[in-house]
Amino acid sequence: MKINTSRFGEIDVPDEDIITFPYGILGFDKSSQYVILNDPATEPLRWLQSIQEDDLAFVIIDPLRFRVEYELDLSDEDVESLELTSPEEAITYAIVVIPKNEPQRMTANLQGPIVINAAKMVAKQVISTNPQHRLKHFVLEEMRSMMLARKKSERPDLKLNRKQHPSKTGQGGV
Amino acid sequence: MLVLTRKKNQKIMIGDTIELTIVDIKNEQIKIGVNAPSHVKVFRKEVYDAIQEENRAASQEGITVESLRSLSDLFKG
Repeated sequence: MKINTSRFGEIDVPDEDIITFPYGILGFDKSSQYVILNDPATEPLRWLQSIQEDDLAFVIIDPLRFRVEYELDLSDEDVESLELTSPEEAITYAIVVIPKNEPQRMTANLQGPIVINAAKMVAKQVISTNPQHRLKHFVLEEMRSMMLARKKSERPDLKLNRKQHPSKTGQGGV
Repeated sequence: MLVLTRKKNQKIMIGDTIELTIVDIKNEQIKIGVNAPSHVKVFRKEVYDAIQEENRAASQEGITVESLRSLSDLFKG
């Protein structure tokens, strides 16, 4: 299907890549179909382009690109409207807000994430009831602390080595 | 809009399964109890409004393919 977009010009979207949002995205009732566009030059940021409105596109990010852990509890109603039969079918993205003059202060919305059933290509903007999921998560800040945490966990445990030494010398003495 | 006047401890039914109770009234604040099936989500309206507002901010036309590409350095190191 050929669609016109203000940012990408005319693009050809295979039918199987079209994601249906039966409830739309909050505040944007005119669009019920979107496609995710991956631009390698902007990873980990991706585009969620509307099929119906040529100038409507959101910047999105996989929460696991800036957080070590991300868990989302879906309500029965959400599971039903997403037609989910197993958690593996679900893909989650957060919508990113990039302030014009301070792009380094870009934030991701984890209170209202986008959940996609990748098997059925149905999606919904759900509302998380987890108080740790806020409206604004500073992406670059959290990404830095995630990398620091990873580096720390890769470091060898020095304490363990120290403990072994005295017992070895002790044994040698006997 | 249907407007009902209720006193403390009085209830309102919405359909057969959703029950609202006026638990307490103090000055400007009203405490409301909600009994609803687990598949019905209950939120303060502000949560919806805030997410909608955030979506609007995210959809600003100012972000172009080029401007997003120019941010790629922010993700290095």
